[in-house]
Order: sequence, then C-alpha cells, then structure tokens
Amino acid sequence: MATATPAHPVLALRGVSKRFGAVQALTDIELEVHTGEVVALVGDNGAGKSTLVKTIAGVNQPDAGVIEWEGHEVSIHRPQDAQHLGVATVYQDLALCDNLDVVGNLFLGRELKRFGVLDEVEMEKRSRTLLDTLSIRIPSVRIPIASLSGGQRQVVAIARSLIGSPKVVILDEPTAALGVEQTAQVLDLVERLRGQGLGVILISHNMADVMAVADRVAVLRLGRNNGVFERRSTTQEEIISAITGATDNAVTRRQARGTEGTQ
Amino acid sequence: MTDDPQAPKQEGRYEEGRAHHPLPEDSMPVGGVNAPVPVAPDATPAVDPRLIVRQEGIAGYLGEFRRRVSSGELGSLPVVLALIVIWAVFGSLNSSFLSAQNLSNLSQQIVGTGMIAIGVVFVLLLGEIDLSVGSVSGLCAAIFAVLDVTHGVNQWVALICAILSGTMIGLLHGFFFARVGVPAFVVTLAGNLGWNGLMLQVLGSSGTVNLSGKDIVSRLYSTIYGQQFAAYGLATAAVLLFLGAALLDTRRRRAAGVPYRPVTDIALRTAVLAIVAYLAAYTLNQYKGLPLALLVFLIFIVVLDFVLRRTSYGRQVFALGGNIEGARRAGINVPWIRMSVFMICSTMAAIGGLFLAAQIQSASQTSGGGNLLMNAIAAAVIGGTSLFGGRGSTWSALLGALVIGSILSGMNIQGLSNAFQFMITGAVLLAAVVIDSLARRTQKAAGRA
Repeated sequence: MATATPAHPVLALRGVSKRFGAVQALTDIELEVHTGEVVALVGDNGAGKSTLVKTIAGVNQPDAGVIEWEGHEVSIHRPQDAQHLGVATVYQDLALCDNLDVVGNLFLGRELKRFGVLDEVEMEKRSRTLLDTLSIRIPSVRIPIASLSGGQRQVVAIARSLIGSPKVVILDEPTAALGVEQTAQVLDLVERLRGQGLGVILISHNMADVMAVADRVAVLRLGRNNGVFERRSTTQEEIISAITGATDNAVTRRQARGTEGTQ
Repeated sequence: MTDDPQAPKQEGRYEEGRAHHPLPEDSMPVGGVNAPVPVAPDATPAVDPRLIVRQEGIAGYLGEFRRRVSSGELGSLPVVLALIVIWAVFGSLNSSFLSAQNLSNLSQQIVGTGMIAIGVVFVLLLGEIDLSVGSVSGLCAAIFAVLDVTHGVNQWVALICAILSGTMIGLLHGFFFARVGVPAFVVTLAGNLGWNGLMLQVLGSSGTVNLSGKDIVSRLYSTIYGQQFAAYGLATAAVLLFLGAALLDTRRRRAAGVPYRPVTDIALRTAVLAIVAYLAAYTLNQYKGLPLALLVFLIFIVVLDFVLRRTSYGRQVFALGGNIEGARRAGINVPWIRMSVFMICSTMAAIGGLFLAAQIQSASQTSGGGNLLMNAIAAAVIGGTSLFGGRGSTWSALLGALVIGSILSGMNIQGLSNAFQFMITGAVLLAAVVIDSLARRTQKAAGRA
C-alpha cells in the first residue's frame, strides 16, 4: 500500500487544535490536500471550517499540531507566510476594490513595474492571458469592478488568487449568493484549477456543488473530523448525516464497509 | 502502511483507489452545467455580447459621452460648465473681468489655494478629510517669515525648514489617525486649533512679519517670464509631451496586442489640449507673460498626477479609497500609506501657505484663517474629486481653484461685501457636494460605484 501513496500531499494538517478562550474550536484536525485535487470542506455553522481556513491562511496560529507543506513541517505566522508558501485564499467577501479596474485588482499589491513605473501594458496583456486560460468572460479588463456582476466578481477574485502562482487555493463559499449560470461558471473554474494541477480547498454549504466538483469531502463536526468521504463512493445523504451527526459515528460506519468501497 | 484501522488509513485507502483504479469519472463530466466549455486555442477573447462597444470616430465619442453622463460619470464636466457660466456672467457684468490683466492675476492668485487643494485631493482619495490645512499653511508661512526675516537664517534653509515642518505635522496627524485610530477629522480639527495657536506663538508679540520682497518665496510668487517665448514654449512642450506619450503608449499597446487608442482619438485629444494651452499662453502674453508661480503649480499637478496614476504608491492610495480590507489583504501597508498621505497633504499645505504669504508679502495672525480651509476643500471637491474616496485627480485642484478664484475675483470687481462673498462661496461648495452625491447615486444605479 505504501507504494501506492504518491509524493507527499502538498498541504497536510496533522492533529491541529485551536482554542479560543473557553471554546475548543478545533480538535485534532487531520486534512490532506494533494495536487490536482478538490477537497470540499463541509460542516454546519460553527463546525470550525472558517477557523481551519484561517489557520491555513495564517490569520490564526494553531495551539497544537503541525502543518506540513510538501512533506516538511512549516510554521505560518502571518498571512504573508502562507502566500509565500503558495497558499492563496479567496475570502467570502472577495475584498476587491470597486473603484479600480480588473487589471488593477488582479495585480493589486504585486504590480508589474518598468523603470519604476507601473507597466500597464504588460499587466493588461497578462490579465487577458490569465482570464483567457481560465475561459473567464469579462466585458473588458479596463472597467471598474463596480460594473461587474456578482459572478464576474467572484471569478475575478479567484483569478487574482492565481497571479502569485499558488499551489493550493482556498475558496470560501465561492458560490454563495450566485445565480445558476454564475455558479456553473465558478464550478467550471474550480475544475480548471484542478486541471492545472492545483490543490483546491472548497468550502461550501451547497451539497450539489460539492458533489459536482469535489474529489473528496472532509466533514467537520463540532471542531473535529467526522469522516473523509470519496465523492465517487458516497452519497449526499451520507455526507449530510455526517455533518449533522445523525449517524452515531460516520467514520466507524465507513470503516465497517471500507473494503467494498475500493473495489 | 499497515491494516491498523486508524484515521489516516482513510487517506491511504483513497490514494490507493486513486492510483490503481482510475474511475470513469476521472475524465471531465461531459454533460450538465459542469461540463467544461470547449475553447479553441486560438479563439479570440470572447466579448460579452451585452457590452456596449464604443464606435470609432466623432459619433462614437458623442455616444460614449452621452452614456457616461447618464450613468453619472461626470468627471470634470460640471466644473468646466460652471467655469464657463461664471466667466460668462462676470464677463457680461464687467468687461474688465475677462481682460488679460485680470486673468493673469487670477492665474497667480489661485496658486496658494490650489497647492493646498492638491494635498486635500490626496486625503480625499482615501475617503478622509484634513481640516487643519489652513492653520498648517499659516504656521509654515510664519516659520519661514520668522526664520528668514527675524532671525536672518539663510532663505533656502528657512524654506526647507518651513516645508519640512509641514511634513512633520502631517506625520503627527497620520500617526494619530493610522496608528492610534482616532478619526481623521477629530485629529485634524484639533490640529486646526493647535497649529493656529503655535503660529501665534511663533509670530510673537508683533503679530506680523513682513517679507523683504527679495526672498526666495516672494520671487517664486512674483517672477513673471516676460518673453513671448516662455508661455508659448511651455504650451508647445506640454502638447508635444502629451502627443509623444500617447503615441508611444499606443505603439507599445499595439505591439503587445492589447486594445489601444485609435489615432483619431489621440489627434482629437491633442487638438483640445493645444487649443486650451495656446489660448492660455496667448492671454498671459497679452499682459506680462508666464508667471513662475503658475509654472510651479502646473509642475506639481503633473508630477503628483503621475505619482497617483502611474506608480504603485498611487495605486495603493486609490485601493485604500476603494476597499481598506481588500487593500490590507493584498499586502498593502495600510498605516504607512495613510501616514504618508497625511504627510503629503500637510506638506502641500505648507507650500500653499508660502505662496499665500508671498501674495500679501507678510505672515500675519490672520494667515491661514478665514475661509482658506473651506476654499481649499471646496476647490478639490468642485474640481471633481469625490468626498467618498477612491475617485479624483490632482487636476481637480486646478479646476476647482480656478472656479473659486474666479468667483472671488468677479465679486471683488463687482465690489460685493464679504457677507455676500461668504454666502456665495458656501453655496458653490454645497452645490459641488450635491453634484458629487447625486453623481455617486446615479453611478450606483448604473452599476459604476
């Protein structure tokens, strides 16, 4: 079996715990993300999804446990540390600047310069290439973000996370508040990220979205792992029962029929 | 791995399945909403069919113009209209208003307020306000006058001391705003009173320090280049610089395969600039010539406009005006940008104060008082810089200062009392802010804000 394991997962959490005052937000969390894989992170409100993401993104530091990056233990103290490693996070509120155009937003904080002056032409060229490779359709890269629709803003935010050539992209509820067509666009984009060999952590409450694009579904319940399901050998009902705790213990149930799942 | 049924086992089982048994679903889904959209490798970038594409030529220009106005992107349109109306009204009331002499004097008189307004533009871009610019300008003028005249310090040293005092004051404001977290208007309101007090202290018992008239600041203000060549040369240089930059940019864009301005577009813009520049040069030459103060003002505008639009510092200032949290997450040092903007604002206030002192040839207890603060902020807002942050340009300082200066000059010629002047200036400021608010509401409705 050991030979079947490929190189180290690009990102792995081993026994991560986080405590806020009297609240044990995370307890012994295990999570692995491989290259070219979409891991959905699901759980009810307060299950610890956001805390976990903030831990990976460097906003919070874990109290216990280790974060491994490509097999090596790393410490992430600040958001910049995570960015340098290659973790890009798209938060739910997108954090785009409405008054800047698409190019300005894509390159915000890492502008390309030529003789110390902004190289607008090169940035515009690269923006168009990036948006084209992701098949993102935007009226123009020179219009302010304010005139884009919600779905277009979401894909711009995701595209922005790719400017720094990350290896893992964390998407926090990317399809919340989007319509049918826009959700489809974002899910297409997630699949393209996977196709480009990125590891994707997708946080979502929408089971249909999760079942559509995820390779694995990691369930959190009350700050603990409550099973990691392969999308192909599980059902929506099984995941929901793990989320809500309707089963006594989803992990043991799966282990009981573990052999038949891999056949 | 062993067969020990521990939690990591789950991952191991998964990896095994992944490596040995590629499932049919490993290929992309072929139907439904999640099927990837096939894209030919050399397909032209798809343009959203709903997008309104501007036609080329004059007709396209007019259409674009109409669309922008109706969606609230007024830019400098209201201020240009206002300027035309003001000049028409005062010109018809008294022919001396539009004389070369009055317009030349006007171009010098607006410099002090205009310089302060440039600094205010920076602060407004952050969506903040600096209420201390009047007092700071008075204080820095007093520092220069006292050092130069009373203490006989070298005039250049005195000039640099005065300007650096402004920078330090801005640093102090910025520190309390960005690091301590006090609202900017409270910090600068306190500064307004405090720096005014310090100015009175610096001026001492006499209360007024007269400038010699031969010092560097006075000469900066009163020097006028009389040769015909100066004004026309400046106009020519400006037009050529604009044309050259536009053509160079278009060539680079064409080479890089990104959209570029058509040649007719550039020609039209250059022609408009040339008409304005040569008309101004002609008017100035009709009287005495090109005032040095105006030249310095224009240089400040152009350089700082370049900083705002073409450097990453300027981009960060705009980003802060648009979304502070977004800027922070993009790795921008928010406190530093805030402090530096307040430093720029107070520095510009100091420079403006020096020009104002040169204008009246003294630093007195009333320096930086009266309606100077209102005029400077009004100039920035009237010129088209939004009070809500993230939109504006240093050119609005010139346009706004022209409007304010024209009104004051016209009312002086008409012999209106201060009472009327204050009321009318107040009304103009209110009108400018109303236009800004309405434009923003229209922009929201049109999806542009």
